[in-house]
Amino acid sequence: MSRSDVTATRAEVEDLFYLEAELLDNWRLDDWMKLLADDASYYIPPNDKPDADHRYTLFTIADDFVRLRERIIRLKDPNCHAEYPPSRTRRLITNVRVGDSEGDVVPVSANFVIYRYRRGEPPRVFVGHYRHRLKRVGGALKIYERRAVLDAEELGALGSVSFLL
Amino acid sequence: MLDQTRSRFHGLVREDHAAQTFSVKREVFVSDEVFKGELRALFDTCWIYVGHASELRNPGDFKTRWVAGRPIIFVRGRDGEVRALINSCRHRGAIVCREREGNARQFYCMYHGWTYQPDGSVKTVPGEDAYAKPIDKKEMGLTPAPRLEHYRDFYFLNFDRDAVDLKTYLGGATEYIDLVTEQSPSGKMEIISGTQEYDIKANWKLLVENSVDDYHLIATHATWLNYMRNSGVNMTPPKDSGLLLPTRGAGKDLGNGHLTTDNPNYRGRPVARWISVYGEEAKADIDAIRKELVERLGEKRAARVADTNRNLVIFPNLVINDGSSVTVRNFYPVAPGEMHVTAWALGPVEETEAQRARRLHAFLTFYGPGGFATPDDVTALESAQQGYSAWRDVEWNDLSRGMTHPEDQSNTDEGHLRVFWRRWRDLMEKQA
Repeated sequence: MSRSDVTATRAEVEDLFYLEAELLDNWRLDDWMKLLADDASYYIPPNDKPDADHRYTLFTIADDFVRLRERIIRLKDPNCHAEYPPSRTRRLITNVRVGDSEGDVVPVSANFVIYRYRRGEPPRVFVGHYRHRLKRVGGALKIYERRAVLDAEELGALGSVSFLL
Repeated sequence: MLDQTRSRFHGLVREDHAAQTFSVKREVFVSDEVFKGELRALFDTCWIYVGHASELRNPGDFKTRWVAGRPIIFVRGRDGEVRALINSCRHRGAIVCREREGNARQFYCMYHGWTYQPDGSVKTVPGEDAYAKPIDKKEMGLTPAPRLEHYRDFYFLNFDRDAVDLKTYLGGATEYIDLVTEQSPSGKMEIISGTQEYDIKANWKLLVENSVDDYHLIATHATWLNYMRNSGVNMTPPKDSGLLLPTRGAGKDLGNGHLTTDNPNYRGRPVARWISVYGEEAKADIDAIRKELVERLGEKRAARVADTNRNLVIFPNLVINDGSSVTVRNFYPVAPGEMHVTAWALGPVEETEAQRARRLHAFLTFYGPGGFATPDDVTALESAQQGYSAWRDVEWNDLSRGMTHPEDQSNTDEGHLRVFWRRWRDLMEKQA
């Protein structure tokens, strides 16, 4: 790590994770977007190739910033049938770790459990870990790359991933 | 009076030529008896998709998957031959290969330690001298599917030894598979790594319908249409055309229950029709792909390959969507109201890194459990399945769109959906 590398404390990273969880669980998607760097990307690798690269591998989700912005437009639209009425979700985030900085990027990781409820449906529990890359923009930590890796061997009964993991 | 010669599955599909109506009894989506009947009448007699040759590049490569309700090892032997072996030990039945995929020197049964060669024959049996005769290595090998044939690297198995050959079975569908494989300069397509496996709490036949039903696009996929518009693509039907979508496509009968849509493209194609979603920087590259296509196939055939979208159903449960990307989608019923779906992306083996990335990006916008469209399809299907709880009270689904002009079915008519249902009816009614 050189002196110019960006650093972050675990407390700072935890605050970011917890704020993000709160905003997503409350469907405050526009506010959530403000946590992102303006070239942010969002990935969910396929369950059978969790470590793969989205350029060569079919992912579940691989959004560049343009599509991520469109995804938010979709999620807020009542015609997003899979999430209308919006699911109730509750995220538990633990085991937060801060990795060694790589220039202006700080890799961080955390475990998550996301409970998702819809009327008349059995709860669905999404378990996995985040592998994010953060950047400091104007002093504030922002999410530059967001990767949610699911532990399930296949999506199976989890069905679609229609809300943000 | 009860007609004793009639199948108990008679009368589930009702076609009234005078009234020009076509109806399907909702019972077919909820009945356990129909579900069990289908497993015998359809899945034990039809050619069922197993996998693609590109998934098994080297001798010993294998994939384990469920096909027609059986555990199958799809494997390339040391002799280079592709086989579909039933993944159950000949001794006492345990699953012999429990890994998803890999390269095998042998398959080892963890129960009593029998081992099998990648070609299925027995390699070793511990304590073989306890048997009256030495084990016949070939005869006691893993049981192969009775039939395994392929067309352009798509492998299908059949549990009916007397079935017609695959090419005859595919009928007019071969032309539409050709249109997919011709996108590759060498005619070689490959399954791209990464599998989408998800369940839908709905009857499997609803996904057959949904895969080719362009009537649902406007309502179900409003947010996707919105995304396309936001990306600068014109999604508006021509004025006074009476169309629901920007172009008029066709719904086609390909024989033997196979069917397809055949639509002039408006939503872009990696091979080879540029739209604004791909970005300016992709324009020259897509032009070059187009040029190769024209040189190889001629102007007319190249346009056929590049300028049409085709959602193809191979009866009963394989869908190849050749749209804004190519998806191979396979699904199997596990209960009347539940199916397992497996989907892959398919692309030409020659694609550059940039072309492959563009294909995958285009795939994910529409298709798959995280796409802008598929989750809403899943919701529509599950919602219909819930509606069928009242199947005794509201007995019939209507599929009459376009009955007035049977010779000229558009993609938003339901003529191609009726193709599936007639074949389904014929096979089910033959079932005792």
